[in-house]
Amino acid sequence: MSILGNRVLRREDPKFLTVGGTYVGDLELPGALHVVFVRSPLAHGVIRSIDTDEARAAPGVVGVFTNADLGAGPMTPMGMVNQSMVRPLLAEGRVRYVGEPVAAVLAETHAAGVDAAELVAVDYEPLPVVVDPVTAAETGAPILFDDVGTNIAFELNFGEDPSFFDGCDVVVRQRILNQRVAPCPLEVRSAVAEMVDGRLRFHASTQAPHDVRSTLARYLGMEESAVHVVSPDVGGGFGAKGGVYAEEVVVAALARNLNRPVRWTETRSESMLGFGHGRAQMQDVAIGATSDGKIQAYRLNVLQDCGAYPDMGAVLPFLTRLMAPGVYAIPKVECSSRSVVTNTVPVTAYRGAGRPEATAAIERAIDCLAAELRLDPAEVRRRNYIATDAFPVTTAVGTEYDTGDYAMALERALEVAGYEELRAEQARRRSAVAPDLSSEGAGGGLAPRSKQLGIGLSSYVEITAPMGGGEFGAVEVKPDGKVVVRTGTSPHGQGHATAWSMLVADAMGVSLEDIEVVHGDTDVVPRGGGTMGSRSLQLGGVAVSQAAVEVVDRGRQLAADLLEAAPDDVVLDKTMGRFHVAGTPSISRTWAELGAASLDRDGQALQAEVDFEAPGPTFPFGTHVSVVEVDLDTGQVELVRHISVDDAGRVLNPLLFGGQVHGGIAQGAAQALFEEFRYDADGNPLTANLADYSFVSAAELPSYEWTYTETPTGKNALGVKGIGEAGTIGSTPAVQNAVCDALSHLGVRHVDMPATPVRVWEAVSAASSSVPAAAAAARSEPANATNGGA
Amino acid sequence: MKVEVRINGRSVAAEVEPRMLLVQFIREVAGLKGTNIGCDTTSCGACTVLLDGQSVKSCTMLAAQADGLDVMTIEGLAPDAGDGSAPGATALLHPVQRAFHEHHGLQCGFCTPGMVMAVTSLIAEAEPGSLDEAAVRVGLEGNLCRCTGYHNIVEAALAAAREAGVAAGATE
Repeated sequence: MSILGNRVLRREDPKFLTVGGTYVGDLELPGALHVVFVRSPLAHGVIRSIDTDEARAAPGVVGVFTNADLGAGPMTPMGMVNQSMVRPLLAEGRVRYVGEPVAAVLAETHAAGVDAAELVAVDYEPLPVVVDPVTAAETGAPILFDDVGTNIAFELNFGEDPSFFDGCDVVVRQRILNQRVAPCPLEVRSAVAEMVDGRLRFHASTQAPHDVRSTLARYLGMEESAVHVVSPDVGGGFGAKGGVYAEEVVVAALARNLNRPVRWTETRSESMLGFGHGRAQMQDVAIGATSDGKIQAYRLNVLQDCGAYPDMGAVLPFLTRLMAPGVYAIPKVECSSRSVVTNTVPVTAYRGAGRPEATAAIERAIDCLAAELRLDPAEVRRRNYIATDAFPVTTAVGTEYDTGDYAMALERALEVAGYEELRAEQARRRSAVAPDLSSEGAGGGLAPRSKQLGIGLSSYVEITAPMGGGEFGAVEVKPDGKVVVRTGTSPHGQGHATAWSMLVADAMGVSLEDIEVVHGDTDVVPRGGGTMGSRSLQLGGVAVSQAAVEVVDRGRQLAADLLEAAPDDVVLDKTMGRFHVAGTPSISRTWAELGAASLDRDGQALQAEVDFEAPGPTFPFGTHVSVVEVDLDTGQVELVRHISVDDAGRVLNPLLFGGQVHGGIAQGAAQALFEEFRYDADGNPLTANLADYSFVSAAELPSYEWTYTETPTGKNALGVKGIGEAGTIGSTPAVQNAVCDALSHLGVRHVDMPATPVRVWEAVSAASSSVPAAAAAARSEPANATNGGA
Repeated sequence: MKVEVRINGRSVAAEVEPRMLLVQFIREVAGLKGTNIGCDTTSCGACTVLLDGQSVKSCTMLAAQADGLDVMTIEGLAPDAGDGSAPGATALLHPVQRAFHEHHGLQCGFCTPGMVMAVTSLIAEAEPGSLDEAAVRVGLEGNLCRCTGYHNIVEAALAAAREAGVAAGATE
């Protein structure tokens, strides 16, 4: 019986549970110097001078460096983006956001470095600041890059067809804020660099060690072969550890330039101002339909805030556009975008990277349409799903979906949720007479009848491994029968050691304990794309699986030689892990014997290396149902239930699948209800540590009601799709829709994320004073995008 | 100044700067890297250890304040299990560690040592029959996790609470 599809406990766990992981900050590096960065306190300003003399003279200080000292960089934007918006590794001439590194102090201890950093005197001349992306896009806005002359870094313009909504009975428009959030993996950024035998060895907390290798080589002007990157245990990434940060290049440059070991671990408060932020889109949706709710046309205009330097964030709208129509068969779709720089932390990938934004927009639009037509949101979805027999299907934006069964996921989710009963309970609460609170003493408990029920739906489809490409996988049988797997993926919590072992065990008939999975070392694994975009299983897992199958073929050939039989007559007994001639199991060759024989015979290990190239991305899907209670008196929202039905093709290990979905749900709910990285108008961050930033905790979340279905893809032999980001993509709009749904009977149509008590209370208050006024308010632009929360 | 702390039953003494935090003492002086630092505002709980049996965020206090006291870190919870790599090591795990393993209560592992110590403390301090899901969730409010969405951490905590006889409705 195959192990695939079973709930197999993680092989990674015992170490983490007993002595903890080995993260970059845990590495011992005797004699290493500590880097401490001097960071800009200003959002925008000219650097008149940097005086490092006093810092250099401070005790324990080895050196103080500015950009000109490094001989490395600058960092250039991605191909599609305005190439003039380059980033010096350390600010040169101008600072563009609070937290931008300006100088680097190198000291014998971290404490000495911190003390000396205080002594670096930077003379700034403040410049006008632009924080709001709407303003940044306008003529006359403060310009971040004078020589560019505009803040626009990247545009996708597919034109506006004036007859776009012709034939629609109703067109609903809504401006939606998909706010800036902080990814916040528990492990902050950290790096260790040293020169070893003339090569740079760089330990990185990254999702993509091979990309770190090539990027460091490029910015340092070194050969790739002279750079060795190792990624030990990584304490979460969520997309934001997918690239290389300026600070990391600086650490590498200092180690090379001084030929001394160098280390750096930022503080959380630094991380909130240096680690990339996520989302940060302002969306204008317009959806046109017939009176019976059949969608005819959908337009999405995205204003993307890139932050001060266009990083991955600049091209998020490209991914948003790919998935703009979601699960719906919409004849006409237009999606335009404009990415602008602002005086804020650069925006990068965050769990879903552009696709959650697409789903959030269309799923809010569907609910707005349902409200306008006074139709049940579930029914509007049913009437517009891409038909199950239509796959593969190419949407109006040109994305080809592989497989799906969207109606099935909806009906299953509604059934688990008890949708009809929930609607009945909602109606009961709405019709209940509001209690007289005047009799309550101050601080007395609020009557439960003031809590309205909201039910939110979200049907999602997502694109996994959206950037294409392939992945490396290798399987080698050692002479002692142990199997070593090398993978180009770079797990940081996903459980690849367990999952890849299952694939190999299934193909080869070896026990999990005899399999070692190696990743994250560029000298051991020759190439790899890393772990991001939910790509790992469908590319890396498939590569490992194929390599195992090839090893079985080679093992069979070798066993046939040793048994003096024809290969076709030799079978692999997977229960015993050995080959024998069919019908005569008593004479066999074990994997250990074959591993040794291969080396003995021709000096070659019994192994296979595979570079798997997928014919295309895959499209997992599902439906989430969220149930919230909203206290009309306080604006407090409580997420009381969250149901999700997720389909990512064939399931390798439901334990890992569920874990990925759970984490995604929490991050989605966190964005919908709590988290927002905020700035004041001068570009001062207001949420720059974990005391001020509303990182979601266990106390604010329920347990999730998760189930899954399996609709295989044909894009790989395993039939698997990605699942790393789907939870976030599905949950975020479900929770937001639930909040809006709870208030819909009051005339509130839309509440922006995060649905903080203040924001909800204001919506309710406006509705209470005048239902039409509240509806009008909901249609107008939301409060200042960067200043809307509590 | 001289500070001496018993960590996992072993006495560790050193001359340290007065500003040294307990978590730095544990990591840098005692060399125990299982206890992690996830923030600088005592918000995340990654550095949670037991101090004389009670959970404390070891970044909230100075090493000097722990002078003469007993600290237990993740490494001390099930010393016989070693680093967990030996065959059969999982059978030697502390019940809370085992529950985290069996319920997939960890992913990247960074919050895990602190989370396990917090759950251990929560269970040790609970009255019989008192720990339900809500109590566990409130009890873990000071320990942040970004990977698991807390679902399986809560499952693990409740399973360990049942084993310890402090779960609400537990009959054992």
